[in-house]
Amino acid sequence: MSDVWIVVIVVGAATALFKAAGPVFLGRRRLPTRIDAVVVLIAPVMLTALVVSQTFGGDEEIAVDARVPGVAAAGVAIWRGAPIVPAMAIAAIVTALIRLVA
Amino acid sequence: MAAVSGSAPRVRDGVRAALPLVPGPVLFGLTFGVLAQAAGMSVAATVVMSGTTFAGSAQFAAVSVLEDGGTVVAAILSAILLNARYAGMSVAVASVFPGSRVRRFFESQLIVDESWALSGRSGRFEWPILVGAGLLLYVLWVPSTALGMILGEGLGDPNDLGLDAAFAALFLALARPYLRGRRALEAAALAAGITLVLLPFAPAGVPLILAAVACLLGLRR
Repeated sequence: MSDVWIVVIVVGAATALFKAAGPVFLGRRRLPTRIDAVVVLIAPVMLTALVVSQTFGGDEEIAVDARVPGVAAAGVAIWRGAPIVPAMAIAAIVTALIRLVA
Repeated sequence: MAAVSGSAPRVRDGVRAALPLVPGPVLFGLTFGVLAQAAGMSVAATVVMSGTTFAGSAQFAAVSVLEDGGTVVAAILSAILLNARYAGMSVAVASVFPGSRVRRFFESQLIVDESWALSGRSGRFEWPILVGAGLLLYVLWVPSTALGMILGEGLGDPNDLGLDAAFAALFLALARPYLRGRRALEAAALAAGITLVLLPFAPAGVPLILAAVACLLGLRR
């Protein structure tokens, strides 16, 4: 079997198990309140970490490049109530323009 | 959002909730296809990966490791680490999945960042929103990655179009509704700090996993 197929199958199987972990193995049982207080923080925490790694992530380095002003401009728009697609467009346009000029 | 009027949301409300996100999976999928083609993947391998893994960031991580000449183990580990967050996310929504174990298994595969985030926007998780949003994202994602392969190099460098920044903006827009209250803001700030500190040292995916430690702030009284 080729390397590519090994990666495809192992990653696919592992991801399916991760996604099924709660609904299949935990079922309808509720989590204790203290655990729940941790779980509600998963969304803000993971989404923020994704923003940071998408904005500054490089090849094992922090890269401050044309993405930063793009994401910052989108951030201002989002905080003023802009919906998702215009926010994404602002980030893409600002970043692409800077790359074009640079 | 749905369910404000008191009526239970339906799957089609979930589809509708995800409509503003449509450009995301399409463009991201096209981009992934281009990368997969550059890495020498077949259309079959790409479609199977998109259909079973169905998680853009992890697919990107695995294939870019392969394309950079990394080992199979490194490619697998980076994707698995990135996707380990789904274990926590699926536990968070576990109680809202109805039906048999088999049905729950298949429907749980529709958990992705976007469907999960949308389903919790009303303050508690709603199964129809998660399934509706997940279905729409799935039917867009899989063919888009295949189309990206076919278009191949004709698409140019996706980063010239600022797509990488657009994805950061997507996650920021998704995070916005959750960033309310002192505790959530503190946890998010800690997560941002952990990620920044680890980015220069840790392999792809590891900063995300370790940033999850910030959730433990919830244990404080």
